[in-house]
Parts: sequence; C-alpha cells; structure tokens
Amino acid sequence: MISQFFVLSQRGDNIVFRDYRGDVAKGTAEIFFRKVKFWKEDGQEEAPPVFDFGYVQTTSTEVLKSYIFNEPIVVDAARLQPLGPAAIFMQGTKRMPGTAVTKSVLANEPGGRKREEIFVDIIEKISVTFSSSGYILTSEIDGTIQMKSYLTGNPEIRLALNEDLSIGRGGGSVYDYRSSSGAGAVILDDCNFHESVRLDSFDMDRTLALIPPDGEFPVMNYRMTQEFKPPFRINCLIEEAGHLKAEVSLKVRAEFPSDIVANTIVVQMPLPNYTTRVSFELEPGAVGQRTDFKEANKKLEWGLKKIVGGSEHTLRAKLTFSQESHANITKEAGPVSMTFTIPMYNVSRLQVKYLQIAKKSSSYNPFRWVRYVTQANSYVARI
Amino acid sequence: MAPPAQSQRSPSPSQPSGKSEVSDLKLQLRQLAGSRAPGVDDSKRELFKKVISYMTVGIDVSSLFGEMVMCSATSDIVLKKMCYLYVGNYAKVNPDLALLTINFLQRDCNDEDPMIRGLALRSLCSLRVANFVEYLVGPLGSGLKDSNSYVRMVAVIGVLKLYHISASTCVDADFPSILKHLMLNDSDTQVVANCLSALQEIWSAEASTSEEASREREALISKPVIYYLLNRIREFSEWAQCLVLELVTKYVPSDSSEIFDIMNLLEDRLQHANGAVVLATIKVFLHLTLSMTDVHQQVYERIKAPLLTLVSSGSPEQSYAVLSHLHLLVMRAPYIFSSDYKHFYCQYNEPSYVKRLKLEMLTAVANESNTYEIVTELCEYAANVDIPIARESIRAVGKIALQQYDVNAIVDRLLQFLEMEKDYVTAEALVLVKDLLRKYPQWSHDCIAVVGNISSKNVQEPKAKAALIWMLGEYSQDMQDAPYILESLVENWDEEHSAEVRLHLLTAVMKCFFKRPPETQNALGTALAAGIADFHQDVHDRALFYYRILQYNVSVAERVVNPPKQAVSVFADTQSSEIKDRIFDEFNSLSVVYQKPSYMFTDKEHRGPFEFSDELGNLSIGGEAADNVVSAQRVEENDKDLLLTTSEKEETRGSSNNGSAYTAPYDGSSTSVFALQTHIESAISNPTAADHSPQASLAIDDLLGLGLPAAPAPPSPQLKLNTTAALDPSTFQHKWRQLPVALSQVCLNTQ
Repeated sequence: MISQFFVLSQRGDNIVFRDYRGDVAKGTAEIFFRKVKFWKEDGQEEAPPVFDFGYVQTTSTEVLKSYIFNEPIVVDAARLQPLGPAAIFMQGTKRMPGTAVTKSVLANEPGGRKREEIFVDIIEKISVTFSSSGYILTSEIDGTIQMKSYLTGNPEIRLALNEDLSIGRGGGSVYDYRSSSGAGAVILDDCNFHESVRLDSFDMDRTLALIPPDGEFPVMNYRMTQEFKPPFRINCLIEEAGHLKAEVSLKVRAEFPSDIVANTIVVQMPLPNYTTRVSFELEPGAVGQRTDFKEANKKLEWGLKKIVGGSEHTLRAKLTFSQESHANITKEAGPVSMTFTIPMYNVSRLQVKYLQIAKKSSSYNPFRWVRYVTQANSYVARI
Repeated sequence: MAPPAQSQRSPSPSQPSGKSEVSDLKLQLRQLAGSRAPGVDDSKRELFKKVISYMTVGIDVSSLFGEMVMCSATSDIVLKKMCYLYVGNYAKVNPDLALLTINFLQRDCNDEDPMIRGLALRSLCSLRVANFVEYLVGPLGSGLKDSNSYVRMVAVIGVLKLYHISASTCVDADFPSILKHLMLNDSDTQVVANCLSALQEIWSAEASTSEEASREREALISKPVIYYLLNRIREFSEWAQCLVLELVTKYVPSDSSEIFDIMNLLEDRLQHANGAVVLATIKVFLHLTLSMTDVHQQVYERIKAPLLTLVSSGSPEQSYAVLSHLHLLVMRAPYIFSSDYKHFYCQYNEPSYVKRLKLEMLTAVANESNTYEIVTELCEYAANVDIPIARESIRAVGKIALQQYDVNAIVDRLLQFLEMEKDYVTAEALVLVKDLLRKYPQWSHDCIAVVGNISSKNVQEPKAKAALIWMLGEYSQDMQDAPYILESLVENWDEEHSAEVRLHLLTAVMKCFFKRPPETQNALGTALAAGIADFHQDVHDRALFYYRILQYNVSVAERVVNPPKQAVSVFADTQSSEIKDRIFDEFNSLSVVYQKPSYMFTDKEHRGPFEFSDELGNLSIGGEAADNVVSAQRVEENDKDLLLTTSEKEETRGSSNNGSAYTAPYDGSSTSVFALQTHIESAISNPTAADHSPQASLAIDDLLGLGLPAAPAPPSPQLKLNTTAALDPSTFQHKWRQLPVALSQVCLNTQ
C-alpha cells in the first residue's frame, strides 16, 4: 500500500505528486528530498491508474495503455539512457559503438508500416577471477534471454533451448568443477522465468512457450558456475627496474575463434600510489589502441577498439616513482581488471535452437533476430 | 498526457507565482465553457493540461474550480479524466464547490462506457468530503454489481475510501459482506485482490470494537479462504500474488501434510523472475516450517539458488535488497551456506554497500574447511584501492580469528598486515592483534615480537594508537623497549590530541611501572603530572585517581590497575537475539534492508493492518511498553535496555564497544569490575586490613618527584563504605546498566 507517490526534480520541486490516502503529514516530500539527494527528471505524465487509494492495480504497460488517451510524444531515443540489458545492441549510445550486430531496433519499412519482427538476445555477463598464477579462482555466468517483440496481435511463441540443458547441480558444492560433465552438456545452477512463460513442455523438450507482452522483457535469467573457457587470458608482470623505476608488461590473449571480434576493451590496473610518471610502449603497428595514466587514482588504462579471436596484444609501461618502495611491489599494484563486449559469442553454449511463431496465415513470416553477446562483469586477474 | 514545455514547469512551489497566469486561464476557460464550436475540445484540452500541470507542481489553481466543472460537460474522455483529477485534488478544501461536481459525477457513473463509469466512480469516492457520503452509497452499490471488472475494481476500493470517510455508513450499507462475497466469487483476480486489501483494512480497524469484525479478520486467514486464494495464485498479477503470499504467512496449517501441500503448490513461484514474488514465497516457506527443524533446513537449501540468481540479475539496487535478505539468512544459519562462500566473494566493480554485506557473510560462514580460502581472499582485499573496504576486510580476518578455527595461520596473516607498511592496514591490524591477545593470550610472544618493531610514530589513528599503547602496557615485561617508547609518548603529551589515547597512556605507564619500576618511574611522574594538568575531565580524573591510589598504597594500586585477567571467551554481539528474530519475522520488508525491526523506524499507525508481531514486541519489552501510546522513540530506548538484559549478561559490557568500530580495550569481565569496587572498598574503608602506612604514600610522593604540595587528603572517614557489601550479579547488572554510558566506559578503562 502506498500513501504518497512523488517524483521530485533535482531542486526538490514536485514534478509529480500524488497523495492517495491523505494519511501522511505534509512536507513528506521535502523531508525525503532533504534526506536523499535523489533526483529524477521526467516528462510529466498524467499518472495512469497504477494505484487506487494506494493499492497497486496494475503495472502492466499494455493494460495501462488502454487507460491513456493522450497521444504519446516520442522522446528522441538517442537522448534517453537505454535501460534494458539489450540496449547494448542499440545504436546511438556511448556504451557500444558500431558493431556487427548493431541494428536499429525500431525498423520501419518505407511507407511507415511497422515491420513485423522479434528480437531474442542472449546476454551473458561473466565474472572471472584469476589467481596470480593464472588459475581460475571463481567464475560465474549471469545470463538473460531478453526479448523484444514488435509482433502485432501478440501471437504465441515457442523458444527451444539446448536439449542437453539441465538445471541445478545436485548435491555437493556448486563450485566442484570436476563434477561438471565435460562434453557439451549445459548445466545451469539456477534460472527463473518471466511471468508470461509457460513451462508445460520444458521438462520434456526444453521449450518455453509464451505470449510476449509488448516491449522489452527478460524471458529467462540464469546463473551458471559450470567451468567455461574464459575468452581472455591476462598476463601481467611488474618488476623493479633500477632506482625509483619499474616496468609493467601486460599481455592479453583472445582465446576465442578468429571469426569473432571483441570490442570496446578496456584494461585497467592500479599502480603504486607513489607512481609519478608512466611512459607507454605499444606493440609495433598497433591500431585503435589508447593508453592513459589516470593521475588522480594512480590507474593505468589501456583501451583497445577491437581484438580478433586468437590474437595477442602487449603493452609495456615504464613507471617512475617518487619514493623508494619498501614492500613487495606486486602488493602495491593490481589487480588487473578488464571490460569488453564480444558480440555473437556466448561462453555458456546455451542456445536458442529455434524460435517458432504461431502462424496467423501462410504468408505471415516475421523477421526473427537471435543475437548473442558476452560481456565482462567482473573480469579480474591478480598479480 | 503530454509533457508541458519547460517554461510551464519552471515556477517553483516555494515561491508562489503564476497569479496572473491563473486568472488568465480562468478567463479563457470561461470563454470556452459554453461554446459548442468545432474543435473546442482541443482548445479545452490545452487549457486543462496547463491547469493540471500547475496543480502538480503545487501552484494553487483551486480558484478555477467553477470554470473547470462547467467545461467538463463534454463527452471527451481526456477532458473528463483531467477534470476528475482536478476535482479530486481540490474537493476536500472546497467542499462547497465540490457539491457542484456531485451531479455530473453521479450521472457519469451511469454512462454506457465502462471506462467513464469507472473513472467517475473513482473520482466520486476520492472527494474525501464527509458530507457527501450519502451520495456515494448508491453508485458504489451498483458499481460492485457492474458487469465490467474495471468498474468493480474501482468500486471495491471506493468502499474502502468510503470507510475512511465514514465507517458507519460503509458498515451500515453492508458493504464489507458484499466485498467478502466478491472476494470469493469474482472472476477477475484484481477485483479479488482489491477486496482482500479492503477487507484487511476494514476488519482490522473494526476489530477493536466489534467481535464480529475480529472473527471476520481471523476468517481471512482461515483454511477455505487461504486455499481458495492459493489455488488461483497464478491468475493474480505479481503485485496481488505478493499480497496473497503475505496473507498466507499468517495462516497456521493444522498439520504437516497441509504445510507440504502449500509448499508444493508454491514451489514454482521460486522460479519467478520477479524478486518480490520469490521473496514473498520464501517468507511463506520459512514461516510455515519454523517448528520443523529438518524441513526448515531443507527450505534454506532450496531457496539458496533462487536467491543467488536474483542477486546476480537486475539492477544493483534490486540485488542489494535481495542480498540483504540472503545476508539475514546467512547470519541465522551460517553452516548451511558454508559451502557457498565463493558466492560471497567481492567483485571489484561492486558498490561498497554490497561488498560490506558480503564481507559480513564471509565472516559468518567461515568454518574449519573454508577458513583458509576465505582468509586468503580477504587478504587480497586488504590491498584494495577502496580503503574502507580494505579496512573492513582486515577486520573480517580478525573476526574470523576471534570466532574460531585455525588461529595459528590467521595470526601469521595479521602479522603480515603489520609488515605491509600501509598506514590504514597497520592501524586496523593493531586493533585486531589487541583483541586477539585478549582472547588468546598464548599468542603474545609472536605478536609482541612484531608489534615491538612498529614505530609509534607511524601510527596516527587514535584507535590504533590506543591499541598499541595498551599492548605496550600489558606486555611491558616482554617488550624490551616498552618503558622507553612509553616515555617518549609521554614526553609528547601535549601533541596527543585524542583523550582516549592519553587515557590509555596513563594506564599503560602505570602497568609498566608495576613491572619495571626503575625504568618507568620518570615517565610515570611526568605522565601523572601532565594528566592532572590535563584539560580533559576524564584524563584529569584518572590521573588524579592513580596518583591518590599510588600515594595510598602501591600494591593496592597494582591490584586495581593491573589485576590478573581472564581471557575473553566470547565478544558481545551487537544485536540481541530478540531483535534478530523480529527482523526475521518481518522478512521481505525494509526491516531487513535497514537491519532494524520496523518499530524502530515507523510510527505505530503506519504498521499495516496485520501487525500481530507488535503484541510480541510488547511482551518482550515488558510492562513499560504495554502502554499503547508509547512512541517509537520510547520503544527504541527500551530496546537498548533490552540489549543489556538478555542472557548474554557476561558480555554485555561490551555491547556498546564491540561493534564494527573497535574501541579501546577494557579488561572487563564482571569479576574484575567487582574487583575494582571491592578493592577500593576494602582499601579505603578498612585501612588496617591492607598493608598500608603513611610512609608508603610519602614514599610514592618522593618516588614520583611530583611537585604537588600536600596531596589532597585521602577520603574522609565519613565516606565509610560498607565492608561487607554484598551484591548479587543481577542486582549489580541492574544498577550497572542504569549508569550513563560515558561513566561506565571510564570505569571500564581504569584498569
């Protein structure tokens, strides 16, 4: 139950203010604003009937649409911060410049008719921690099957996943890597499903049936600690090189097929806090790479526009210190962390085998897009 | 409706403006009111939008009431909606004007468009004007029977609104029993859910005066109702599912097979992507199985995976909320999660509020089999760039060491911290080594060797400095340089800004003096002189106290200041188990995120319709809280009290000291506190019993070479205390906790 609902501007003025029950003292919004410097700029909308007397009635956008009669004013999409995870596919965001899978999601055919299409994105965020000797300490995949449907009439959809998919790792620690059966089987630790998903035949043939609501939503979230081949190996050496000097050598090797290209790679490494100067040495012929020493937080940053599968890149950096280091220099620097995006690649081997749309007529053949992407969540190598 | 242009939103509510704009609008509305020209609705829309946007930012547009009502004689649904919104907002402050609207709202309640019927009914019930209730009963009655579910949905909430305006009108019209019928029969689950919400509120409010209502309220959690709702649970919206699940937690099944039936039915809710539904389901599972230890444990096993999945999907805020719940469960049953410790490892890019929770969980789940790995991981964080987290990590290592297992290896790690030569690492490690020594005095040799190498100049933080000084005093016999280090610290007395450090310095010099008098004599004299001249009251008092007691009798002084100590076996918990249980009872609420029971942060009237646990609270807090008007503040005070009255009496003295922030060491075990008192008593009141002579005190004066002429006389005889004073521990505890905190800390520190 909700007594009041308000959206404040960054100055603390009411943009939207609703008192549903009249049981809260005046000035609550102000108290709230003072307590939290919370702000959210938003176009003013007449509050749809989400609440009645403070009780939630519905938050489904489709149902709400039927209560709203004003014509929507489309806000320029490029100005909005994309929200959903699949937004990484969208154009015009800073997060991911042009890639192979970049595709305008709002595809209108000439003549203004909206194209019948549906997007299914398998997005995997991976977390890996390597020990200083390169051994994998922890690894986890947090995946989402994200769907965005532009199909008129909301037809039923069947989504088939790997047949060898199994859920739950019975008994023992989930981190017991030896227990994971090697060949092919995809074992999820756990998963959950969107409300619209029916699992009637899931146990039999790993098929999800659903009538997708409009807009973007996660069909399924899954989590996996099964062993997988990390896409990148990181090698880092830091050595003292004379008085008040040290040398860092960073090597990144892409361990995925050569037809796959990772992009927007950033490698970061904290340096000893008495580091005053860093000079970088890129490998000969390096293209699309940048280096930076962030003075304020003593961080080395190495950006690469893309890395082709199977290739290896090296960066050397010469550090100058303002004081003698007393302790072990490796304790003063690192760990190396990495962010990247690898389109059309997923580490879990979870796949959408087919995407079936209930046919309205024989000529009905909407576009189906199934896209994969792997992103680093926390990808760390200790030194 | 469309977002208004920036300029319309700019007037700030704090500076009332727009007077001229409002009168302008009034004029334009009047012109349009009677017009039947084509396109007039569009112009009206524009004006209405302006009015509404003024209203939403807080500009008073109530003066337009008449014009707005006149303009709304239209079939345009957008205009109607905006007008309803406007009327709902101002009716309460303008009852006379609101009367104007009743007519057209009532008419709209019979419109053939269900949308208009619903909207009109909703607005009619939102007027919140007591004189109008007679106009509500009719439309509500037909609304509840409407063929359209939207209208019924609105009517149900309308009944609740009516109840709040005039409870008697609502009850007399027999609305609650109509709602009950709808709840059990309506085809639309949102209507059902609204009935449930409304009935919960109405019957809870009525229960205090009517036995029947009280029975009805109980009936909501009876088997037929619960089973009916559970069987339809998949039809409900996610919000309504949460409502039903919350109700189910209150249901008491008659036997275990019923419990299993319910859990089997709800099993698939754990696979829901909506965290709220999953948490609500988990709450049901946990509460149903409370009395079945084995099954309860299985529930923990079952819910682990879904919780971990929720933590790793969704926004950081959502995942924090879920993680807080996981944290609660881990704290309750750490052994169940001991094999999942890797899930609690921190990721470098996590916000620190997440890391903090994870560190606590790692600390909790450490056991024989995983301690080595956990501590290794924690040591990695100690070099973290995020210094607060690095500190927390070091503390976590210390807590694990204090907890149990494999102390040997951990002590080595801690000592390595001291060698890292990072100020904050050293500081944290010193505090920990101090605590460790209090629990495991047998490690003193190893620790002292390392601590002895630390230059006090490199330690700046008061807590750490205090810890170092404490160790110097406590182990001065084993640390060759102790008297000289202390001496140099005493020499810099004036530069020491922390009173806490100065207090510790006084005590440490005293202890050192008892063990190595010739080497410390000088320092002690200087310290006492500086202490007595200190501007800080506590420091001054302690110095004077030491001075007098030394003057009185050195061996008594030694027994008071440096008595033999017992190792501390258990450090106090910061939260009582009662508090923890109450937070657990309020699972799936903010209480878990705040780590506080709801009464600590809400007013009584906002605690929801089914606040059963309140009674429980009253019980545990005792008679004082039985008073119904007791404020939250008051309860909180009582609760602090409660912290000290639980079974952990032996450790309670630490409860204020032993949080995550380490404070000065105190050698408080209750016996030594008694020792202090009895020593003083016997020494003072029974001079002959102690080996005391006037010469001794003179000797001390001499020894210290203090320039104090004629020290203040020993306490006068009329202050004679009862030598045979007997105080049983519980009485003592009672008196003790009535002391103000500052006082008790000073007492504790005097040893």
